[in-house]
Amino acid sequence: MKRAFPILAVLTAGLLSYGLYAALRVAPTEQTMGDVQRIFYYHVPSAWTAFTLFFLNLVASIVYLVRRNPKADALAFAAAEVGVVFCTVVLVTGPIWARPVWGIWWTWDLRLTLTLVLWLIYVSYLMLRRFSSSGQTPVMAAVLAVFGALDVPLVYFSIWFFRTQHPQPVIGGGGSIDPRMLHVLLINWAAFSCFAALMCWSRYQLEALSREVEETQALESLLEAGSS
Amino acid sequence: MSYLYAAYIATWAIHIAYLGYLLRRYSRLRTEIEALKRKR
Repeated sequence: MKRAFPILAVLTAGLLSYGLYAALRVAPTEQTMGDVQRIFYYHVPSAWTAFTLFFLNLVASIVYLVRRNPKADALAFAAAEVGVVFCTVVLVTGPIWARPVWGIWWTWDLRLTLTLVLWLIYVSYLMLRRFSSSGQTPVMAAVLAVFGALDVPLVYFSIWFFRTQHPQPVIGGGGSIDPRMLHVLLINWAAFSCFAALMCWSRYQLEALSREVEETQALESLLEAGSS
Repeated sequence: MSYLYAAYIATWAIHIAYLGYLLRRYSRLRTEIEALKRKR
C-alpha cells in the first residue's frame, strides 16, 4: 500500500477534479431547484461514504471484541474519525441546500434529527477515545460503536417508512433520475470513496505509529526508573 | 448560485482542515520519534 499510495493519491485527485467539473458543468440543471440542486453531487456521496466508514468501524469493532486485535481497534478508530468528517460535510451542506429550497436552514424532521444523533454518537466515540485513560477504553469504544451503528440503518430507512421533509431516496426508492445526473453522482461517490480510503489508511498508519511511540516512551521511562 | 458555491467551499474547507490536522499530528509524531532516537 505504501508504494501504491502516491499513484492512488494522483488517481483520486484526478477523479475528484473530474467529479467537481462534472457536477458544475456536465450534469444538467434541475428544472425546479435550478443550480442549487448541484449540491446533491457532494451531499449524497458524502452521506454514503460516511455510512460505509461507520460500517467499517462496526466490523472492525466486532473483530476487536472477538479477537482483541489492536490493529482492528486502530482501524475502527480511523474509520470513525474519517466518518465523522464526512458526516460533518453532510450536516453542513444539507442546511445550505435546504435554505433556498425549503426556506429554512434546519427542521427537526426525522431524517435530519437522526443524522445529527448519528454524528453526536460518533463524536462521543472519539471523545471517549481521546479523554479516557482506562485500559478498558478500546472495549468500551467498541461496544459504543456496535450500538452506535444501529443508527445508520435508521437514518437510511427513515425516509422509506416515514413521511419526512427530506426528499425520497435517489436509488431504489421508486423515483427516477436522469442518467446524466446518475453518472455524475456515481463519479463523485467513487471519488469520495477513494479519498476516504486514502484518509482512513493514513489515519490508521498514524494511529499505529503513535501507539508504537507511546509504548517505546513507556518502556524508556521504565528503563530509566529501573537504572536510577 | 452563492449557496452552491458555499456548499462546495464548505466541503473542501472541512476536508482541508482535517488533512491539516493529520499533517500536524504526523509532524509532531516525527519530532517525538527523533527525540527517542537521540535518547538512545
